[in-house]
Amino acid sequence: MGRTLAEKVWDAHVVRRAEGEPDLLYVDLHLVHEVTSPQAFEGLRLAGRRVRRPDLAIATEDHNVPTTDIGRPIADPVSRTQVETLRRNCAEFGIRLHSMGDANQGIVHVIGPQLGLTQPGMTAVCGDSHTSTHGAFGALAFGIGTSEVEHVLATQTLPLARPKTMAVTVEGDLPPGATAKDLVLAVIARIGTGGGQGHVIEYRGSAVRALSMEGRMTVCNMSIEAGARAGMVAPDETTFAYLQGRPHAPKDADWDDAVAYWRSLRTDDDATFDTEVQLDAADITPYVTWGTNPAQGVPLGANVPDPAAMIDAAAREAAERALAYMGLRAGTPMREVTVDTVFIGSCTNGRIEDLRAAAEVLRDQRVADGVRVLVVPGSMAVKAQAESEGLDAVFTAAGAQWRSAGCSMCLGMNPDTMAAGERSASTSNRNFEGRQGRGSRTHLVSPAVAAATAVAGHLAAPTDLKG
Amino acid sequence: MEPFVTTIGRAVPLRRSDVDTDQIIPSDWLKRVERTGFGAGLFAEWRTDPGFVFNDDRYAGATVLLAGPNFGTGSSREHAVWALTDYGLRVVISARFADIFRGNALKGGLLPVQLPAETVERLMHLVETDPATAVTVDLGARQVRAGDLVADFALDDYTRWRLMEGLDDIGLTLRHEPDIAAYEADRPGWLPVTTPA
Ligand code: SF4
Repeated sequence: MGRTLAEKVWDAHVVRRAEGEPDLLYVDLHLVHEVTSPQAFEGLRLAGRRVRRPDLAIATEDHNVPTTDIGRPIADPVSRTQVETLRRNCAEFGIRLHSMGDANQGIVHVIGPQLGLTQPGMTAVCGDSHTSTHGAFGALAFGIGTSEVEHVLATQTLPLARPKTMAVTVEGDLPPGATAKDLVLAVIARIGTGGGQGHVIEYRGSAVRALSMEGRMTVCNMSIEAGARAGMVAPDETTFAYLQGRPHAPKDADWDDAVAYWRSLRTDDDATFDTEVQLDAADITPYVTWGTNPAQGVPLGANVPDPAAMIDAAAREAAERALAYMGLRAGTPMREVTVDTVFIGSCTNGRIEDLRAAAEVLRDQRVADGVRVLVVPGSMAVKAQAESEGLDAVFTAAGAQWRSAGCSMCLGMNPDTMAAGERSASTSNRNFEGRQGRGSRTHLVSPAVAAATAVAGHLAAPTDLKG
Repeated sequence: MEPFVTTIGRAVPLRRSDVDTDQIIPSDWLKRVERTGFGAGLFAEWRTDPGFVFNDDRYAGATVLLAGPNFGTGSSREHAVWALTDYGLRVVISARFADIFRGNALKGGLLPVQLPAETVERLMHLVETDPATAVTVDLGARQVRAGDLVADFALDDYTRWRLMEGLDDIGLTLRHEPDIAAYEADRPGWLPVTTPA
């Protein structure tokens, strides 16, 4: 019987298989950042262990770094200690690190693909749930905890139970104005925050094939918000074109060998998935969340849902809590929800294409009075690229703040936070209670909707600005 | 890791679904570089509400957490497990766990017990009616007992053995070092290394 893409990549990485035990899986790429690694390095030290393959690991500073004044030491002493701890650990164990201010520094999930380190058919892990991003290349990439980070550092492997497989197929063309972000928000709203539990999702269908690599990364990034272990897209010409010429992509004869192998990385026609979900691309419109988990979303044109109309008691109770936290009333049109802050960035939507989409909307426009807009590139390389295209000038002319790279207001571990009660439209991936600062309220949106919202002062699509 | 065999104690009922790791341990706690002391940050935001169940003295010293479905969604932060164990909890019972949280819990000596939603509901009802109800979680028998309720739970033999022996995963894997070396010798030469290109 045929195998799915995920099964092929899995099988190619099994170091050891024994009845009644998890498979021991080899890890091709280990991404490291300052938040989830200190205790892992400390564990190695305590046990007198070394890093088995420092040449398969790469580290960056992203969660804690300020996005202004990056030439100066980090003001928050606790953040500073954490970043300095990473620097010491990387020096001691011989791991390549991109520090604040470095031309390749950035969010861990932005720099891997950008350097050409993320490639089809690999296994990639990181102490971060959004490692699923790298699945856009047809890699099997998943987030792990700190004990597993230590395990990978020490052994370059992980004992793992084989996941189930799920196909999410989106056929047709996305309507104008609907983006990869809207597609994935619609998928999550459909299957729920736990719907993907135990599964690796493979995104398929013509609407997925038509996405750029940036769009595929946005989709795979948010797989974890549906509870999935990982998300994947089979590699194709779009993938190869993105990779060719990147610093760590194979070259010359190696490139040909690699591409020949990569072409075999597709789900066989006779393979079966444990679960299948289908969406029609034509139904997807700009999506926004109203609640405190990413599955609590509706089309921008809809109203805040009424918990009383929900049949499932747990869903109703969760919706009531969410509306109370968000300060929203059932029945309010989403377009009437006004915001204080707009955040454009994160590993979901902080790549060059996202910034271009936002800039296109903001060109020759003004941010609404009283709205604070932060544009935070996903990496310093994205920042440099955007500046070479003049996007920074578009943002600043419109009244937005142009920052340096990092996670920033996606989770507010650096100074970029919101005050209690403040409301944002955010291109990030989580609208959990307090995610962007204690008491903050988050609406997840695409870059285009974020930019239009910045101008309108309330949740809006670019088409709302015309006329 | 400390071996886990059986725990008998009070259980605290948390009637919420989709409890995410940002709530279990808010991000300002993630700046620490230690592995200890996270108990004070457990549900830090929710604990500011005097009515929150963790502020109810009748559940003080609980070793079991009863939670709504989909517990531990969100971030991969193992700090969530460290917060729960540092607070004194040894077991979380829910109808469904997020994958990464479940994996982290099993590494950190916190037992995630998955039971049908109706059984979790019955347990919640029991401890809400009488907070002093002793809840027994018996890993050897893979069973939860409370009052007249007896519920079996599933856990694979390998994981149970590892927990009951308190075995270090890294040590176990390193026994297979020759397999790892053999695998490495066969990897295609074009796979990337991170040393500067
Ligand atoms: S941008 Fe947000 S989601 Fe992505 S790695 Fe940083 S904190 Fe995590």
